Amino acid sequence: MAVIVHKDFQFIVQGITGREALNFTRECLEYGSKIIGGVTPGKGGREVYGVSVYDTVREITERERVDGTVITVPLAFAPDAAFEAIDAGIKEIVIITEGIPRKDASAVVEYAALRGARVIGPNCLGVITPDVCRFGSLGGPAVDCRKAFKPGVVGVMSRSGGMTTEICNALTLSGLGVSTAISIGGDPVIGSTYADLIPLFEADEDTRAVVVYSEPGGTAEAELARWTQENNSRLPIVAFVAGRFMDEMPGMSFGHAGTVVNKKVDSPADKMRRMREAGISVAEEIGDIPDLVRERIGN
Amino acid sequence: MGMFIRVDVDNSIVAKTPGLAEKLVEVCPVKIFALGKKAGAVAVVEENVDECTLCDLCMQACPQGIRVIKLYE
Amino acid sequence: MKFYEFEAKQLLRKHGIPLVRGEVAETAKAAKKIAAEIDGPVILKAQVIAPGLTATSVREASDPAEAKAAAAELLEIDDGGRKPKGVLVEARPSGPTYSLSFTYDGTAKLPVIAGSDLAGKIDDIGDEHPNRIVRRHFSALFPFSDYIAKELVRSMGFGGGDLNRMTRIVSGLARLFLKYDLADLDITSLVKLDDGSFVLRDVEADLEIEARHRQRPMLDELGFAKDDLRQVREPTEFELEGARIDAEDPRGIISPIAEFDGNIGLVIGAGGGSLTLTDAVRKHGGRPANYAAIGGNPSVDKARRLTKLVLSKPGVDKVAVMSNVVSNTRADLVARGVIKAIVEMGYEPADKILIFRVPGAWEADAAKILKKYGIEYCDRTVSISEAARRAVEKAG
Repeated sequence: MAVIVHKDFQFIVQGITGREALNFTRECLEYGSKIIGGVTPGKGGREVYGVSVYDTVREITERERVDGTVITVPLAFAPDAAFEAIDAGIKEIVIITEGIPRKDASAVVEYAALRGARVIGPNCLGVITPDVCRFGSLGGPAVDCRKAFKPGVVGVMSRSGGMTTEICNALTLSGLGVSTAISIGGDPVIGSTYADLIPLFEADEDTRAVVVYSEPGGTAEAELARWTQENNSRLPIVAFVAGRFMDEMPGMSFGHAGTVVNKKVDSPADKMRRMREAGISVAEEIGDIPDLVRERIGN
Repeated sequence: MGMFIRVDVDNSIVAKTPGLAEKLVEVCPVKIFALGKKAGAVAVVEENVDECTLCDLCMQACPQGIRVIKLYE
Repeated sequence: MKFYEFEAKQLLRKHGIPLVRGEVAETAKAAKKIAAEIDGPVILKAQVIAPGLTATSVREASDPAEAKAAAAELLEIDDGGRKPKGVLVEARPSGPTYSLSFTYDGTAKLPVIAGSDLAGKIDDIGDEHPNRIVRRHFSALFPFSDYIAKELVRSMGFGGGDLNRMTRIVSGLARLFLKYDLADLDITSLVKLDDGSFVLRDVEADLEIEARHRQRPMLDELGFAKDDLRQVREPTEFELEGARIDAEDPRGIISPIAEFDGNIGLVIGAGGGSLTLTDAVRKHGGRPANYAAIGGNPSVDKARRLTKLVLSKPGVDKVAVMSNVVSNTRADLVARGVIKAIVEMGYEPADKILIFRVPGAWEADAAKILKKYGIEYCDRTVSISEAARRAVEKAG
């Protein structure tokens, strides 16, 4: 079992000839992911690491089943790339591109919903089910990626791509391992929030607990707390909230675009309170997460 | 000279294949190659050499004529 | 990016939104003149950015002389190291008062309008009177249609001519909210006058920072300087230089960069890792000299320039190079940049690096580079907290 991806998951990379895309395309292939094509307008006909490059998405979807796409095109072209993928019928869309204004992100997500597609991100690194499929750029080179992500029982959702790997690394070192990890993105408007995704973990037999990484800004934690209270979930949740120092600096923006303390609900203190009230364990340090998970699953 | 990376080019080999010099310029993600003064040759842009990402695309394009050496090994 | 209220109102007025009479004054004398023209009690609002000035930045005056005295005092307010950008002098009509708020709802992933029959910030109203707020989502994908505003206005309890007048205002604001890439638009008071018309009294607006480039024509029209990011306090030279380094090379990022008053130079990443690391350094009693957020795989040159910037800061002797386990940012490229900077500055890398904890992508190459320069490489078994503790201990 896995969340979002599976053993035969086939995806493409939009913007495949860029500096970053080249990196993670090679890494995914080495990891065993099935990348069946890439798109860069004007570079159709080329090949990178054995993957054919096309000018349009439809040139690939017309001849093969495409389950997902990783979009890593420059900012100005990102919404267009997403619309192209949605119209070509792709259902799982990871947007890595950073700095997309929330108006555009909102429009893309609304369009995806109308067409039955799911957006992960923007400003995220994607999804990984260890040893099954890596869909995006989590974990770096295959050799490093395998060190951080070992198959196991904990589902991970994180607003920070980097902290996804950090937390999974801690879970792997502790022996608990990871069922599926999703970097959900750090922007104020993202396609899939914790509360949107947790039912997928709920349905995943491999997942016995969920860890979330959160930051100042936004309502995602309040929404997760509400979900937890309203649904009789079988999954214990452990959360870590970064950026506590920001409580002393209202209005200052650090980290991701969504990271700012303007409203009460934005502040780490408020997030921790809401989550604790909903029965979510809140870790003081990243290093405490594995023990808290063990406590909660009685292992 | 780079502190961490050195790129050796054998232009006598690069020049043998028409269009290879242009391909090397295009394929490098950090602009280490520029077209050389002689037809079919490439020049190494020294200030970019330390930016090398070790992507191997240049060596794949010209296995005989290009060597990327890590000076820290 | 926060607008000064007078700028937000200039934008709204241009598009036919009804506003109270008033103008911005740059001197106390000008404030007196505006008050005389208004010919009645006025409110004076210092144009400031820093939070927490709400109480001190607003004054009422019953005549022009009083207005002049109040303006003189307001112009001296400290706005995070800046002077106020003038004083907005306005009429203060009274009557039934309402509020409107436009923002993005991260749960629905849609823009949303909230309305209330109470004045104030919607979030504050929500704390005490959640049942006095109505909400209506709209779309950033499809063009705004007036009926959406009408439905909201109807649910606020308006009927008859009021309904049509308010619908026009709400739809006008919704369209401007979308057109100008606003992240937040709060009409904290909107008043119904004796003649039945409505005017906006107090306005707060925030621009989506990521849209500042494509909104340049509007910002130019308002006289918004290119490097003015409306931080809560005036950026320091250190912060401006950090922003320049980031802007000059599109490969990866090193910002946001902020200057603190501590002694531990931080070359840290990424978005979430930097937040976690800054918390961890403080938790172990360390005083960070700065904030930085390396991400998106910066070039060697960018890492080099960031390191130089941090090490050149007065009071900083050493840097801690730390990150979460990296995926796309490469440990070897960071190592190259940091060491290059230190060598170029004429120091021994081993003397200047408190700790190098950047596990993950290309860590084997990073370890070799560090070994060549005599620096210990911390692998992924050293936690973020432990790395921060060691850095603090070594910094003394």
